[in-house]
Amino acid sequence: MTDFRQKVFDVKEENMLGLLRQKVGLRGLSAPVIGDYTQRLCPVASAMRHYSSATKQMTVRDALNSALNEEMAADSSVFVMGEEVGEYQGAYKITKGLLDKYGPERVVDTPITEAGFTGIGVGAAYHGLRPVVEFMTFNFALQGIDHIINSAAKSNYMSAGQINVPIVFRGPNGAAAGVGAQHSQCFAAWYATVPGLKVLVPYSAEDARGLLKAAIRDPDPVVFLENELLYGESFPVSDEVLDSNFCLPIGKAKVERKGIDVTITAYSKMVSFALKAAEILEKEGINAEVINLRSIRPLDRDTINASVRKTNRLVTVEEGFRQHGVGAEICATVVEDSFGYLDAPVERIAGADVPTPYAANLERFAFPQIEDIVRATKRVCYKSAAANA
Amino acid sequence: MAAAANAMNPTVGPTTLHLHGLLFVPHCMHIGNPATILFALTLMQDMDFPGGKISFTTTKSFLPGSSEERVPCYRVLDEEGYSSSNILEHVISKEVALKMYSGMVTLQTMDKFFYEAQRQGRLSFYLTSFGEEAINLASAAALSIDDVILAQYREPGMLLWRGFTLQDFANQCFGNNAGHGKGRQMPIHYGSKNFNFITISSPLATQLPQAVGVAYSLKMDKKDSCVVAYLGDGSSSEGDFHAALNFAAVLDAPVVFICRNNGWAISTPVTDQFRSDGIVVKGQAYGISSIRVDGNDALAIYDVVRSAREIAINEQRPILIEAMTYRVSHHSTSDDSTKYRSTDEIEYWKTIHSPITRFRKWVERKGWWSDKEESELHLDVKKQVKHAMDEAEKQEKPPLRDMFTDVYEDLPSNLVEQETSLRETIQRHPQDFPKDIPL
Repeated sequence: MTDFRQKVFDVKEENMLGLLRQKVGLRGLSAPVIGDYTQRLCPVASAMRHYSSATKQMTVRDALNSALNEEMAADSSVFVMGEEVGEYQGAYKITKGLLDKYGPERVVDTPITEAGFTGIGVGAAYHGLRPVVEFMTFNFALQGIDHIINSAAKSNYMSAGQINVPIVFRGPNGAAAGVGAQHSQCFAAWYATVPGLKVLVPYSAEDARGLLKAAIRDPDPVVFLENELLYGESFPVSDEVLDSNFCLPIGKAKVERKGIDVTITAYSKMVSFALKAAEILEKEGINAEVINLRSIRPLDRDTINASVRKTNRLVTVEEGFRQHGVGAEICATVVEDSFGYLDAPVERIAGADVPTPYAANLERFAFPQIEDIVRATKRVCYKSAAANA
Repeated sequence: MAAAANAMNPTVGPTTLHLHGLLFVPHCMHIGNPATILFALTLMQDMDFPGGKISFTTTKSFLPGSSEERVPCYRVLDEEGYSSSNILEHVISKEVALKMYSGMVTLQTMDKFFYEAQRQGRLSFYLTSFGEEAINLASAAALSIDDVILAQYREPGMLLWRGFTLQDFANQCFGNNAGHGKGRQMPIHYGSKNFNFITISSPLATQLPQAVGVAYSLKMDKKDSCVVAYLGDGSSSEGDFHAALNFAAVLDAPVVFICRNNGWAISTPVTDQFRSDGIVVKGQAYGISSIRVDGNDALAIYDVVRSAREIAINEQRPILIEAMTYRVSHHSTSDDSTKYRSTDEIEYWKTIHSPITRFRKWVERKGWWSDKEESELHLDVKKQVKHAMDEAEKQEKPPLRDMFTDVYEDLPSNLVEQETSLRETIQRHPQDFPKDIPL
């Protein structure tokens, strides 16, 4: 099952808004360091984009396609490569129409070798092109992961700034439906440990457009983790989002739903589950704040901590495996930065610790479901229907 | 089936026909009568398979794994320094020849002293190119400065030719502040954007698909230059080798792959590395023109690399060069090769087949070099190398800031925090930190 209990800390339940109090027995946090923390955790300026009175709907697939199209039109050094991206219009049709428009030099159908085309993409980036490398799934990217990490992520550092690698690695990540163990793993935590990489996890069409454009324009290597099941989902998009210069900042999370009782963090497909769980919880008097992480590296610690300092409770949700996962990092961050604000132990919801089974019933048990999020949230609220005690 | 039945049936023979697919062929096809096979063959058609026409044969034969005769090795200078090619003699000017020669001597001298420095504990690691100086300098001489080099690690002569000074080499190896590398990489992992030499990377063969990517970029720029990627015999076993060659051919990439087949991959001899006739035959498997050359013959290397470069640029296709040589060096300072090969073998290659000696004989015979110049050169280079090492050692180490920069283009906030935190800790506990790090 996917629910886990944490050790119960001896936490005072008084309201700890304001200055962090020092206690004997905590790790000694001396004054200058605290000063750093408070400086760092400045209130999050609301540069967040809200949906304006949106009239248009757009699928994530179209969002990605339009973003690619616009960036390729604006910058002739941007090109796409991968298996089936050209003639076949993309294994998931993300690159539809691009071959016709830009020709085979800029939409390259590659032979089947992830190691090969990942390396080639990096080499092209060394020399000033801006490749967007598509993996049919990030599970297959493992065959080229040496190039992602040793050739792309570390190059700027190892070459002392002489070689930057403006490359984007994109493709579906995480679970789909009934595709088994070698097509279902979430690699967010893997890539997010590597200094030199940026790791993005779009959820909505707005995320897809804004983050992909930002990724392509970024001078550093970006791992762009999409989700197959989200490709066909429609989201409202404002005119601002549709503008060809629309970019979202890398490293900033979005508060998808404001709340005061508990903070739920999620990324990619799990954001929709978290939002649905929040609706269910609302009926039971629990007002949940849902954070769409958008970026795993850099992780928006400021937004997460500001939220937890407000709600005093945290539940993290991810499809990936629990150990050393994204939730582990978020919990550690919150415990480090906002320990005194927590009214309950932190909870992680993650995928079961098994290679993903194929059978539909088993697969359902292997990944977090909406009910799991609801139950965990109630637990951290001590099943209390009223606002914080 | 029907054929077997017919074969035993006395009513069939050279004049009777058997339905073979849509064709009627004489029954003699199954008996193999030479006279009638010819007749039958004219009835056979080619087949338009995906990928092109292929003609059929009734002879079942397996292509041999290797041909009886190994691919011969192109050579110009013999062991005594006599050139077999008059034309080539006139292509290389005295200036170029002497720059090549002194480069080879400089490389060898630098290697000797830097290796010793590691043994004395002044350097953490070093890797020499003994015995492969001709490949280094002659191929460098045949290229233009616009050709982008992706080397493996035994090709520092390329940088030397292009203008990297002994001081530059020393600074990188000693990891000091003056080094272009900001102390980031281990010794011999040189790189220079100015000299179009991509920073050396440790994982083997990764530079090969990268080279194809760079070539792809050059192609799109329509530049009059190519990419040159080096690899050793061992690297040809890596998956990246196959992906790179295949891709280069498919993409019509202007890459020249130069394989230094020096017989050894640390302790693995080539007989344990592959079963093919070296690396030259592998090019054909990918549709790439290839050539085998004597890697210890500076003139042959120069000639072949120059031609390969022209083909790659003018015809926009990859070329594979296999340069046969011998790794006189230990693999690196972490290796003692006498543990797995005989000292006699090493000595033999070091003396009898020294590429430096052979080339010297040629330049001397041309009247361009003498014993006097030889001893002057050796003295001069020795002095310069020692001076470079001493200076490099005296230089400051890179400052603390350089630990955190260049991870990304812009310094991210978490690294700013970490650096601040580290500085404060050093201030509070100076006794816990080394004194020689500039803050």
